[in-house]
Amino acid sequence: MNTPLNSKLLDSSGRRIVVDPVTRIEGHMRCEVNVDENNIIRNAVSTGTMWRGLEVILKGRDPRDAWAFVERICGVCTGCHALTSVRAVEDALGIEIPLNAHLIRHLMDKTLNIHDHVVHFYHLHALDWVNPVNALKADPKATSALQQKISSSHPLSSPGYFRDVQTRIKKFIESGQLGLFANGYWSNPAYKLPPEADLMAVAHYLEALDMQKEIVKIHTIFGGKNPHPNFMVGGVPCAINLDGTGSSGAPVNMTSLNFVLERIREAEAFIKNVYIPDVIAIATLYKDWMYGGGLSASNVLSYGTHTVVPGDKSTDLIPAGAIINGNWDEVHPVDVRNPDEIQEFVDHSWYQYANGAKGLHPWDGETEAKFELGPNFKGTKTNIKELDESAKYSWIKSPRWKGHAMEVGPLSRYIIAYASGKEYVQDQVDRSLSAFNQATGMDLGLKQFLPSTLGRTLARALDSELCVDSMLDDWHQLVNNIKNGDTSTANVEKWDPKTWPKEAKGVGTNEAPRGALGHWIKIKDGKIENYQAVVPTTWNGSPRDGNGNIGAFEASLLNTPMERPDEPVEILRTLHSFDPCLACSTHVMSEDGQELTKVKIR
Amino acid sequence: MNQKQILILGIGNVLWADEGFGVRCVEALNQNYEFGDNVKIMDGGTQGIYLVQHVQEADVLVVFDAIDYGLKPGTLKQIYNDDVPKFMGAKQMSLHQTGFQEVLAMAEFTGNYPADLLLVGCQPVELEDFGGSLRAEVKAQVQPAIDIALEYLKQFGVEARPANGQKQALSPDQLNLSDYEQGRPDEDAACRTGDIRVIGGATGSSK
Repeated sequence: MNTPLNSKLLDSSGRRIVVDPVTRIEGHMRCEVNVDENNIIRNAVSTGTMWRGLEVILKGRDPRDAWAFVERICGVCTGCHALTSVRAVEDALGIEIPLNAHLIRHLMDKTLNIHDHVVHFYHLHALDWVNPVNALKADPKATSALQQKISSSHPLSSPGYFRDVQTRIKKFIESGQLGLFANGYWSNPAYKLPPEADLMAVAHYLEALDMQKEIVKIHTIFGGKNPHPNFMVGGVPCAINLDGTGSSGAPVNMTSLNFVLERIREAEAFIKNVYIPDVIAIATLYKDWMYGGGLSASNVLSYGTHTVVPGDKSTDLIPAGAIINGNWDEVHPVDVRNPDEIQEFVDHSWYQYANGAKGLHPWDGETEAKFELGPNFKGTKTNIKELDESAKYSWIKSPRWKGHAMEVGPLSRYIIAYASGKEYVQDQVDRSLSAFNQATGMDLGLKQFLPSTLGRTLARALDSELCVDSMLDDWHQLVNNIKNGDTSTANVEKWDPKTWPKEAKGVGTNEAPRGALGHWIKIKDGKIENYQAVVPTTWNGSPRDGNGNIGAFEASLLNTPMERPDEPVEILRTLHSFDPCLACSTHVMSEDGQELTKVKIR
Repeated sequence: MNQKQILILGIGNVLWADEGFGVRCVEALNQNYEFGDNVKIMDGGTQGIYLVQHVQEADVLVVFDAIDYGLKPGTLKQIYNDDVPKFMGAKQMSLHQTGFQEVLAMAEFTGNYPADLLLVGCQPVELEDFGGSLRAEVKAQVQPAIDIALEYLKQFGVEARPANGQKQALSPDQLNLSDYEQGRPDEDAACRTGDIRVIGGATGSSK
């Protein structure tokens, strides 16, 4: 048993630290923690400071158009929202998609997962572990030796290569602006890598940039374009003509399919030879920093994904399920339609429900704002210095599964897949743990190793490997199916709203890069009557509920020691490990271009 | 001789009123003009890092975007080359916050940076209107912004011809300006207020 902490047990008497990353226009996410006299986090308050109004702009629109709107919610989750949206509509209307569409959607979805994971790790999260300034002190020869040690099959490993990268960093930093690496806490002792590992990581930062631009071309082949590939209710919006010619925009042909295969193989090499070895090397060097597990040690949720046989969820490569209280011996089934399972609460969220409802299932969801601050907040309404977490304190609702707070994401789905006996996943995880234990001389068990900030980061890398390996299967199945004469890509029998029932409701689910994603739709007279999306960051970033259950972001920060409370490296490291994604970006350029994270200690 | 590669990029979020300025500019540009093969027009939406390869490939880059320079709302501003801010930090909470400055910094770090760069920005009137469209003052600047870009591009031998007939849209039809505006649910059906500082504002009024 590993019962999650209740908010009643938290100690908020210590110094309060406020971390508010202010974006150009909107606040996105704010975090407040209390640290004790040893600078250990004893209370954490995470708040989404921006209202998510996706649902309300869809009311009254054509359900077949919803994907195009949800694709614009944000800059990163474009395709997974679009895919989940068309699934919800298809579910409501009873539309089955052709096998080719099923496989092409797999290829699109897995491409998105890999793309997102790689960019997240190298271009966002890596700087929580890697100190690029320290890379200037590295010996290129020793870096080359390190590279060959951690991944002998990676070709870019010569001393000259690393010397060139080092020169580039030096030039960049000497240009005065520090550019890429401005505003880091580069002297903080929380950074523990030797200079050679830092240099290697920066080299891979650049390699990852090249890799991501190649894999995303798969979206252009099947989705017409990137960014913002096209989706369609009933199938995929691309035609197939194996004997045809032409590239982008033309029907999918053998040339473009072979192009896709090459991109998959490139991604495979990168993930196996660079990404996974890097994550394990970083974990090894941070072996004493096994913090950040939080809720993942007890409660995790997955909707399941990568269904091999269309319509048969039991063939999911990543199974659906829920684990509570750390009991991996029992994986509970999850029913996203059952009004008693998934419910959203607003006790601590700036919303109100009509008729005093407690939890609402998403089909019955309401999005009515009610902004009020608790009696103990400090500051003014427009300049909040300290929130009062005993009252409403976030624009994020609190989704719960049978009343439990749940963590979602690659780590959650990996724990569930492992506990469900999925051999591919068990093999990946066991290999990683044994590599870690061997390199560190430690003897950690799975339940010590996986539920941690590092475990979350590792799961994302392993998830990428699963995606790329199964993409090869999808590709072969697609080509065989087409060669057998099936070129159908869409089922348009129910395209015309006249064929629809007067009222219908449906749900689409996915395991998005950040975790369990669900869109619930109600259709009436051919128009959207209600639309609710419960996104992964709603689960993870949720405020407390009426029973004091703590969401995953907050739980993950508890009991973490901080080297320097005014430099929240540890807070950012753990929050970044969730790949948080709060609402949409506004994109306005400001004059100084500066966007500083404010840290305040009170 | 190799022709210069030109990228004309509109960025912003069409769902947040004047935030959609950049995307609406390239939408109109694409509808009304034709160019040679060396000119790529792109709806960049709110994609951050994911735009970097397109920037790396460009010799000349023109960006349309909403800008906050504290100008009178609806004012256009042109910013050239190194004056386009470049900033990239390690502290962003999400990929979304990797704004375009970071994309430029990243492209520069890789050594593939456009030789010539123009940002045509417009100071927004209203951002806090989710599901809303461009305000009249901002919409009126779409064509002037396009004219500025076309004039700038002449020095690189770029010739814009009036479009003949229907062209393939950059974005899904569902999001084109007129459908987007006409399909909007009314205010009673769909609350339009946004950020905490708006709802919690002094007057407490909703827009």
